[in-house]
This record gives sequence, C-alpha cells and structure tokens, in this order.
Amino acid sequence: MNANRKSMLTSAIVSRAIKDSFIKLNPVSMMRNPVMFVVEVGTVVVLLLTLFPGYFNTSDDIGFNLTVFFILLFTILFANFAEALAEGRGKAQADSLKNSKKEIQANKVVGGNVKVVPSTELRKGDIVVVTQGEMIPGDGEVIEGLASVDESAITGESAPVIKEAGGDFSSVTGGTRVVSDKITVRITSDPGESFIDRMISLVEGAKRQKTPNELALNTLLTSLTLIFLIVVVTLGPIAGYLDIELKVPVLIALLVCLIPTTIGGLLSAIGIAGMDRVTQFNVLAMSGKAVEAAGDINTMILDKTGTITYGNRMASEFVPVGSVSVQTVGEWAAISSEHDETPEGRSVLELMKKQGMGYDASLATGAEFIEFKAETRMSGVDLKDGRKVRKGAVDAVKKWVTAQGGSVPVDLDTSSDSIAREGGTPLAVAVDNRIYGLIYLKDTVKPGMRERFEQLRQMGIKTIMCTGDNPLTAATIAREAGVDDFVAESKPEDKIALIRREQAEGKLVAMTGDGTNDAPALAQADVGLAMNSGTIAAKEAANMVDLDSDPSKIIEVVSIGKQLLMTRGALTTFSIANDIAKYFAIIPAMFILAIPEMSVLNVMGLGSPMSAILSALIFNAIIIPLLIPLAMKGVAYKPMSASKLLSRNLVLYGLGGVIVPFIGIKLIDLVVHLWI
Amino acid sequence: MGILQIIIVLAVLVLLVKPVGTYVYHVFSNEPNRQDRIFGPFEKFIYWLIGLKNQSGMTWKKYALSFLLTNIVLTAVGYLILRLQKYLPFNSSGIDNMEQTLSFNTIISFMTNTNLQHYSGESGLSYFSQMAVITMMMFTSAATGFSVAIAFVRGITSRGETIGNFFQDFVKAHTRIFIPAAVLVTLLLVALQVPLTLDPTITITTVEGAVQSIALGPVAALESIKHLGTNGGGFFGVNSAHPFENPNSLTNIVEILSMWVLPASLPYVFGRFAKNRKQGWVVFSAMMTLFLLFLSLIYFSELRGNPAINAMGIDSSQGSMEGKEVRFGIPQSSLFSAVTTAATTGTVNNMHDTLTPLGGLGTLGEMMLNVVFGGKGVGLINMLMYAMLGVFLCGLMVGRTPEFLGRKIEPREMKLIAIAILAHPFIILVPTAIAFMTDLGQGAITNPGSHGITQVLYEYTSSAANNGSGFEGLADNTPFWNITTGLVMLFGRYVSMIAMLAVAGSLVRKQWVPETVGTFRTDNKLFYGILIATVFIIGALTFLPAIVLGPIAEHLKLG
Repeated sequence: MNANRKSMLTSAIVSRAIKDSFIKLNPVSMMRNPVMFVVEVGTVVVLLLTLFPGYFNTSDDIGFNLTVFFILLFTILFANFAEALAEGRGKAQADSLKNSKKEIQANKVVGGNVKVVPSTELRKGDIVVVTQGEMIPGDGEVIEGLASVDESAITGESAPVIKEAGGDFSSVTGGTRVVSDKITVRITSDPGESFIDRMISLVEGAKRQKTPNELALNTLLTSLTLIFLIVVVTLGPIAGYLDIELKVPVLIALLVCLIPTTIGGLLSAIGIAGMDRVTQFNVLAMSGKAVEAAGDINTMILDKTGTITYGNRMASEFVPVGSVSVQTVGEWAAISSEHDETPEGRSVLELMKKQGMGYDASLATGAEFIEFKAETRMSGVDLKDGRKVRKGAVDAVKKWVTAQGGSVPVDLDTSSDSIAREGGTPLAVAVDNRIYGLIYLKDTVKPGMRERFEQLRQMGIKTIMCTGDNPLTAATIAREAGVDDFVAESKPEDKIALIRREQAEGKLVAMTGDGTNDAPALAQADVGLAMNSGTIAAKEAANMVDLDSDPSKIIEVVSIGKQLLMTRGALTTFSIANDIAKYFAIIPAMFILAIPEMSVLNVMGLGSPMSAILSALIFNAIIIPLLIPLAMKGVAYKPMSASKLLSRNLVLYGLGGVIVPFIGIKLIDLVVHLWI
Repeated sequence: MGILQIIIVLAVLVLLVKPVGTYVYHVFSNEPNRQDRIFGPFEKFIYWLIGLKNQSGMTWKKYALSFLLTNIVLTAVGYLILRLQKYLPFNSSGIDNMEQTLSFNTIISFMTNTNLQHYSGESGLSYFSQMAVITMMMFTSAATGFSVAIAFVRGITSRGETIGNFFQDFVKAHTRIFIPAAVLVTLLLVALQVPLTLDPTITITTVEGAVQSIALGPVAALESIKHLGTNGGGFFGVNSAHPFENPNSLTNIVEILSMWVLPASLPYVFGRFAKNRKQGWVVFSAMMTLFLLFLSLIYFSELRGNPAINAMGIDSSQGSMEGKEVRFGIPQSSLFSAVTTAATTGTVNNMHDTLTPLGGLGTLGEMMLNVVFGGKGVGLINMLMYAMLGVFLCGLMVGRTPEFLGRKIEPREMKLIAIAILAHPFIILVPTAIAFMTDLGQGAITNPGSHGITQVLYEYTSSAANNGSGFEGLADNTPFWNITTGLVMLFGRYVSMIAMLAVAGSLVRKQWVPETVGTFRTDNKLFYGILIATVFIIGALTFLPAIVLGPIAEHLKLG
C-alpha cells in the first residue's frame, strides 16, 4: 500500500487517463471550465465548416480547416489528459483502499452475549469485541483491554501500534487488524462515514471543491476569455471597413491563442496534484482549502515534547557535590536505576556505558525496587544490606535526607540551579543520609530542527513553542532549537487563547495535536494537523491528519501549500505572458494579404500567413502536455524571502513566458512551412 | 530646445505633486487642521443650508447611492433646462430648445466629466444653459470623481465599515479645492492676457474693408475650471487652440499644469492614506513612465513629420505642423496632447485628427489605458485596480494567496474587478464594430481606410474614458452618434466607479494580514515593473488588433 502510494505514474494510470480525456469531452462537464469550453465550441464550429463546406462556402479551405480542427481537438484532449492524470493516482489509491474495506464479520455485544453480525449493520454506540487476528469492524474507541494493532492499511507503516482503553491511544480505525490480545471497542461512526470512507472520497477527489483562490483565478481567466471574445468578434466588422475578409477558422485560431488555455487547461490538475502531494506525504488533508491555508500560515504553534524534542529526558552528565567523585555519583545513580524501566532510568545506564564507567551491579541483586510516586517524587532501591538508594527531585531528596538526620552539601543548590537554568532537570542521588550528586537530565532537540526553523523564518513564519516546563527550561530549549517565541508552563487552554490572540492580529495559525484536550485548539487553528495515533476528537477537529503521527511534518505541509500556490501563479503568469508572441505571429498573418506593409510586424519571420497561424496554434496546444510534469510536481521551491522568490519566479515564468513562445513558434513554423 | 521646454514643465509638475498632494490629503483626511479655520464656517453654512445633519461615514452602498442620486438629480435638472431653454431667461439670442438626442448626449457628456461636444456652443446654448448646466457640471462632475476616488482610497487603506461621507467630500472638494483653485488660475490667466469680460462681441472693419466680429466673453473663468476639473469643453469651437483661450506659451503651460497637477498628486494622496508614501510614489512612477512613453511617441512622430509629405521635398524641419498653432510648435503641442488625453481632459490646442498616425496612436493609447494619471480620480482607481490584478497574478508566485495592502484578494473582489476590466473594452470595441456594420454609423465617417477606423475608435475611446476630445472629422451630431456615445460615456463613468467602490467596501471590512518577509511587497521597484507589465498585457493587448488596423496600418502605408 505504501509502496503503491509512493510509486509514480504507472502505465495503468496513463492508459486510464487517456480514456478519461475523451470521456471528459462531454460538453456538460466541459462547462465547468469556461476557458476550455470556449475552445470546444470553436472546435465544433470548425468541424462544421469542414464537414459541410458547400453550405458554408468553405470548400477552398478544407485542408486548413481540418488541420485547425485537429489542433483544437488535441488542445482540449491535452487539457483533459492533464486533469485525468492528476486524478489517476488518487483513483488508483482509492481502489486499493476499497479492497481493504471488504465486509467484515463483527462480534457485537448484545445484552452480555456476543452475536456475529456483518460490519455494515454496526451503528454508532454499538459495542464489539475484537480478538487476535481479526479485523476491527469500524472506527471506534477502546473501552476495555490493550492490544497491538497493525494499521498498515491506512498508514503504510508495518510496525504494529499499541491501543489501550483510556488516554490518548484509545482510538482505532476500521479495517485495521488486531495482531495480539483482545479489546472491546465502542463504535463511533455509522457505515459510510468511517475514516476509510472519508479517506477514499478524499483521495478520489470525488468531493473536491474549488478553493477560494481557485475560484478567484477562475473568475479572472473567464473575464480574460470574455475580453478576447469581444476583441475577436468585433475584429470582423472593423476589418470589414478596410475590405479585409477574415475567415471564421482564422478568428477562432486567434481567439484560442489569446485566451489563457495553458493555465485554463492545467488549473485543476495543479490543484489535484497539490492535494496528492500531501497524500504522498502520508498526510490526509480534509480539503484543498486547508492545503492552501497552509501556504498562508504566519504563525506555527508547536508542542515542545515530541515535536521539537524527543520528549524523553535523557541523562547527559553526572554532577558530583561536595568532595564526591564523578565515578561514585555514577555508580550510585546506576544502582538506583538497575530495576528502573523508565526512559530516564535506562538513559542513566546508557550514559554509564557511554562514558566507560563500571559499577558493581551485584549490589542491586535481590534489592527491592521502589517505584516513582507522585507523592514521594523519588524512586530507587532498598539494598539487602539495608542501605537505601534514592534518586529524584532535588527538594524531595533534600527533605528525605534531612529527615534521616543528614545534611545538604552547600554546593547542591548552586549546581542544581545551574542545571535548571540550562534547561535540564536535575535529579539528586542519595544514599541514606548523604547526597552524592546530581544526574543532569536533558531534553534533546531533534536533529535538523534548528535549520528548519531558520527556513520557516525565511518564509516569514513565526514559530511559538508550547511547553509545560518552567520558564527557565523552556527558554533554554527555545534557544537551542531556535524558535522565535515560547510559552512556558502552558495548559491546553493557553493554546487556544494563543491562537485567538494571533488570529486577532490577522495571522493564520497552524498547530499540531493529538489529545482530546487539543481538539478545541485544533479546530480554532487555520491549519490543524492531528496525529493518527491521537484521539478521535482530535482527528475530527483537525483539518489534516498525519498517518505517520509525526508532528514535525506540519513544516513540510506548509512548504507543499506554498508550492501549490506558486505553481498556480507561475503557470498563470507564463500563460498570459505567452500572448505577446502569439499576437506577433497571428496579427500580421491575418492582414498581410490586404496590407503588405504589415510584414514589418512579422518579427519572427514566419514562413507564410497560414503556417504562422498553424504554428501559433500548435504551440498553444503542445505547451499543455509539456507543462504537465511541472503542474504535477510543482515548481521547485526553496525557502527564501518573498522578494527573492518573486524575482526568481518572475524571471523564470514571466520573462520566460514572453520569450519561450517566440522561439517555440519559430521552430514549429520552420517545420510547418515545409508544407504550406 | 524643444525637449528642454518639456522637461521644465515636467520638473515643475513633479515639484508640485508633494505640496498639492499634502493639501488634498488634509482636505479629506477628516482630521482637524488649519484649513478648517478658513473654510470651516462657510462649509458649516452649506451643511446647514442643505440640511446635512448626519456627517458620519457611509458604507460603500450608501456612498454609491448618494453620489448616483446626486448625479441623477443634476442630470435631470440639466436636461430640463436644455430642453426648455427657449422659455428660460438669459436667452438674448433667442436660441431654440435643444433636440432630444443631442440634449441626452450633452447632459451625459458634462455629468460624466467627458465634455464631448456634439453641439456648437455659440448657436446651441443660451447664456443661462451655459451657466446653469455647463459650468455647474464642470464643477460638480469633477468633485464627484474626486470624492469617489478618495472614498475608494479610504476603503483600501482603512479598517471598519465606512468609506467616508459623500456629501461632506463633495462639498469640501468644491470649497477647498475647485473653487479656490479656479479663482487662482483665472487671475493668473487674466494676468497673461486671457480675456474676462461681459462686453458684447466687438464688430470692426478690417483694413480690407470687410466687417469682422470678434467674439469675447468671460473666457478666463471658464478656461480655469475647464482644465482644473479635467472637463475640456471649450469656450470657442477650436478650444485651447484659440488665441483668446490660450494666447501664449505661458498660458499653455498654466493650462497644462492645471489639468495635470490634481490627477498627478492623487497617487501621493493615496500614499499618505496608506501611511506608506513609497507606495504612492511607486504608483506615480508607473503612471509617469507610461506617460513618458506616450509623450515620446507623440513628440518624435510629430517631429519626424509626415513621410509622404517629406518625400515630396517639402521642408519639414519644423515637424508636422498641420493642424498645429505656430505659437506652440511641436513640443508644446505634443505635451498638451499627451497631457489632455492622459488626464482625460479633452481640451485641445491642436487638432488631433491631423496628428501623424503614431502621434494619434499616442493620444488614443492613453485613453484606452485610462490609467496614465487619468481624469479626476478615475485614473488612480483604475491604476489601483491594475495593481490588484498584478498582485493577483504575480502574488501567487511567492507561495501565498494574493494580498494588497494587507488585505486578501478573494473571489468577491475578483468578480467586481472582472466587471470593471470587461466594461472598458466592451464599450469601446462593440460600438465601434456596430458603427462599421451600420449605415447610420458609417455615414458619418469622412475618411476612407485606416484613418476612418481611427476616427471611430477615437470617438468611442474618448467617450469611454470620459475624455471628450474629438478626433474631429466625424459628422457626429446624429441620433445614432448622440445615443451611442451617450451610453458609452454613461457606462464608461459609472460601471467601473460602482464596481470599484464595491471592492473598497469589501476590502474595508477585511481582517488585515500582518506584513512579514514572506509578504509580497507592493512598494518597491519590482512591483513598479509588474504594474507596468500588467497594464500593458491586460490593458493594451486587448486593443492591439484594432490599433493595428487603424493607426499602425495607416503609418505603415505612409512608408
């Protein structure tokens, strides 16, 4: 499935797209695209002129008219092909998802008994039991038990994930398989509304609605089409005053060349392909609008834990106090962690290994492990020889030691404060009434985050880190990661207040989240990316779901959104800039017979009037398939400031759009002129 | 030497932009300032007189309705006066009522600030009509355009619900700008020998013994508002080519500057409202660049003369002087033509019909774009519309949905802009085609071939841009021409004004997007280039086929 999704165009997709481009000739569906609809009407008119030359008195021009007809037909087919190709990948993906949506037998709990029913009969609120090897029959929430679930059908990730009742890992998706244990699930969706159903309709593009920007661009393209329609229709009578007779196919050729067919033909392909790029990235966007909004983001709110840092506090240093040596602190820290399965405990042993320090592990054999408790805020072991070893929060350990008549070393507070100031968490290590030293626990920033935040800054996006840590710790991590701002000691309600504050300044805000308490903020944000591993509430509130549950992906989503908008802008500019060359090809050709002096305007030195018109028309047609790869892949995007981006793209697509057709039309004319 | 004359006028204009712009900004900023002490009491009296108690801001709809209703009432009153002038006072010459299609054309012509004249002033209008209709509308139409432009600028630069109070703007435009400026320019012209008198026509016997009547009148007074309000309707038939309207080079320069300085200072006013003067200068520079292009086209074509005549061995070292006044020569004639079509005034000091084909193209082109400074306010509104189009086309290339001055350009704005950009080519090209298709239209054309095309195209372009200058040579006082040009003037004025006010009304309510390094800047050199390119590609390419058949074909045939 995953391999499928990443694969590029297969021959099956291409042949299906070719078939679809003919089906799309249906005028009813063409009408949705006014630019191409005008081309289609023109094509039909030229066809009639070709088919009934006697009636229209066009017998002399059958060859020319037929050629114009075919070029126009191919112009439409190319545009249809672009759209069909963009849709193709989604359709193929939807098909494979539909396969995974076979009818499943569900073990429904009815009044204490289990009854086997087809999954299609399950309704919201029903309770089902799923055991090892079975498919989960519908979206739901685990209400009892713990199981590992293979979610590769939707995420493409083969490693199973743990799902358990309560907490943030309770949601399960229909169509995924339980690989161990047994869970009881309360169904949360009716048939046809499940996650997989939504996913199918999303990737299929069935419910694709035009985004606001697409609508606005469409309005502009339609009005340009109307303007050129006015230009071409009025040209006949005006030229008539000079006794120049303009033939209908020539006028249609001029019209088709002038209206923005390039962008008109590629516009929907760009939108679909943009959405598809997000999907390739294993992120499900609920609408194209969300992807577009991602490009406009001004502020990004990121959780520290899991997004910026790994979240686990790792032991990074042993700090002795008083006259104790580093070795001794390490030894006692290791002994206290011998039975400790928490990540912090593991990291202490790893640090010992890393630093090549040994310790007498036998001391801890048969010792009683004391678990970490919220009240004591310490953990450790009670050794067989009666000694008690503890590690924990500094003040808790201090209290514990003084209670046993011990004293606190004078340099403890300075050391622990300096660790806290650097963003670390100090853990004191004590044996009975003596404090030996500190373990420096550090939250590590994920590699590459700093560079990514730098890129975001270049794009003009402000990053705000939210963390429950104290201000000192938060400041250190913020500095280390290079975020612009941070909120320390933040509660879930703070996030929504922060989003509202930013939005009140007109900013568009993106955030990620997975917990139920993130849901209101995810809904409030302009772009909310929920983790697939998160709760159903979070996923429903968000407008994007990351199937890989990687919160830092939001950064790439923004890039994709920007790339989508840039591609649309680049091709629009290119398309409109092309008109200059097309004018210089067709206008002299139209009038040169009546006004020979017009040859001055034939700057490209095109062979003959007819070959000039046909060459411009052919260029207009083949530029569409030539630009399909660009429309599908998107223009190259590197994060940089708007002015730099603009100058670069203006030269490439604006200036390029003026120059390329001059060269293209000339080259085509060299070939076409061999015949006419 | 010729170029120096032009450069000096250009330099004076550029120097005037900032002080005049600052003055205009203070008129309409609605913040208390020193002007209030001088004009305040008088305005309070007017507000009391017209019963304007509620001076709070209006929504765009209310503003549009107010200016339309005001214009409708003025039009209705003016129409009745023209139709009934025979029975009204001050009609010493016993002039008959005006024919209905001509009245329709005339009243629209003056209400829309066009001043296209299908009538002859001397024989067609009573003194009462001249005063109560023509002169009155020269003030009111200019003040209407100015008010709407200011309201539009307020809309796109401020936040809230309202875009100002039309009646207040309208009154202030009169009291603080047009009336004082008109008095000032009148005095200046009188000092420079322009007649201002109520004496009757002088009848003299010439040395040859023939009797000659020399028409006089309050010329200087009309001359001032004719230019200040970018109206253009002349006192005499030959307009500013007449030695009493425009006796010498200095009056010529005064007239050029008085029609040019208000439109040219509006971009600066816009910059002040936007609290970003650079933004205003970018718009000004784009306009000035386009102006210089067109001016050069006119100047060098006229200087080169007519190749066909040159080929006959006739001395053309002075350039093409046909239809021009010797006292102005090529430089002052070219500059006047370029300014009158840029500022859509329509006053002329030489006959545009006799310009060389490319010189004629220069004047035609400026009116087709209607953004090169433009008439009272309309030019700025149009240029800002092209700025929004430029932002929309190129803004996407920075990877954000397009925004202009911190506001997103969305489907609603695009639909309204679409109406405005569609209207202009529609009302020029469609009537032109109709004129060529019908005998009613073709009958009026006095020149065969390409020059005939230019004549018709010029007439409708001048109407659509509310310029009002005639290419002349067209026998245009017929019901067909009166009605078609009347409608073109009407739509040319109001369609885009209302559409753009609606854009302002929509933008003023929008949430502002803060500016970051990711924002597409509209106040730098790059945008200046984009703006000019957008005007050319969207505005100019539309008219290229028609222009190729008209002036360009004529030019090419001349050899």
